[in-house]
Amino acid sequence: MPTYVHMTRCDGCGECVDICPSDIMHIDKTIRRAYNIEPNMCWECYSCVKACPHHAIDVRGYADFTPLGSSVRVHRDEEKGVIAWRIIFRNGSKDFELLAPITTKPWGEGIPDLNTVSAPSDEMRNSQLLYNEPKYIRMDEGGLHTLESNKLTMKEGVYY
Amino acid sequence: MLTTNPFAELANVSELISPTTMQIYAVLMFLLVVGGTILDIVHKKSMKYFNEYTDKAAAKATRQVSAADMTGMRVKVLTSEVLTSSEFSNQKRRMSHLLTMYGFTLFVITSAIMIFFYGDASGGKTPAIWPVLWHLGALMLCVGGYWFWFAIRVDVAAEGKKWYDIAPKADMFILSLLGTCTFALLWSFTSGAGIFFLLFLISSLFLFGGVYWSKFAHMFFKPAAAYQKKVLEANGHNQNLPYVPDLSSAEVHEKYPDIPTYMGKNPPNMGPGIRREPANHY
Repeated sequence: MPTYVHMTRCDGCGECVDICPSDIMHIDKTIRRAYNIEPNMCWECYSCVKACPHHAIDVRGYADFTPLGSSVRVHRDEEKGVIAWRIIFRNGSKDFELLAPITTKPWGEGIPDLNTVSAPSDEMRNSQLLYNEPKYIRMDEGGLHTLESNKLTMKEGVYY
Repeated sequence: MLTTNPFAELANVSELISPTTMQIYAVLMFLLVVGGTILDIVHKKSMKYFNEYTDKAAAKATRQVSAADMTGMRVKVLTSEVLTSSEFSNQKRRMSHLLTMYGFTLFVITSAIMIFFYGDASGGKTPAIWPVLWHLGALMLCVGGYWFWFAIRVDVAAEGKKWYDIAPKADMFILSLLGTCTFALLWSFTSGAGIFFLLFLISSLFLFGGVYWSKFAHMFFKPAAAYQKKVLEANGHNQNLPYVPDLSSAEVHEKYPDIPTYMGKNPPNMGPGIRREPANHY
């Protein structure tokens, strides 16, 4: 079972809605809080859990990974550039924390401008790194895929 | 006009609306608020679950929190979360909430003072400060409230809905609040017992009577929740969340060698990442 929102801690800020890769975190129209509209489709990627500034989202994990009574919680600290986990076993035998870096330089710096950097050469495409990648990452047919290049437009608003 | 007591004027104009009637109405509104809040708390059972969680967390606590620390936390909650609404991470919402909160408090207190102490002209002329603060309170409420309604309300800010798309039950609170302050100001500026006074009465009835369906009880829930969060952080439970230690300490470098390897011994503030842009990619 996937993510769920503690309605008392949520303030409807929409960070989880913004970040969910499945687009299944939405804001309830009446109580104005976030909720998971399609638990079946949740990948438990923890994006919303990490994005929530109030730690209002938690995951009801599958029984083989997080049996009832255990706890897996995460805190992503952007400003410090680290991610911290705390895992508590349900029999109380373990309660430990993990810490790892998520960036080596301040956010927003060092992003390459893909317009100025050339596409991968044939040699690079056939190298170990890119050989098994899909053709739009190897850029076999040239050019980046964008909405415009695929003749698509963004439609404003939320559609259920 | 800003310095005239609109309630005293009302008593002069109409015999139906005597100071006593106004006082009875004010007491009735207060009782509606108390009743609605109690009903809300009882119906949602939030206090029961809140206490259960507090007890469970206390059983799992790893550190003792002294009484002095707990008092300090209560003070901190009052000065930070209550007086400055620091729980809001969205600064626009915070500003709007501060305006409406202080505006409403000012408006209600000055209304009560003018109704109970200066209800009729025979009680002596109302000191100018009360009507001025009354108007100021109503104005602050209008500014904060309309800003919320047109721009900050979640459906509008986040879901691309128009400001005139109303969800009746959910929007009753803000709309009755806006109605109360707007019609109060209009009533004061047009003086007398006209249509604006009637609309003001109806709005205030919906506002105070609709407490059961509105967010009003939050003014008690939120400080209690903020205090609980602080206590849990202090006693080691921290809602099962991890603590982020000081990244430049030798202890951390030894325990987590990835940190000094990839970030250096003294990692700088990395700035906002996904929070650089407001959440509006819907």
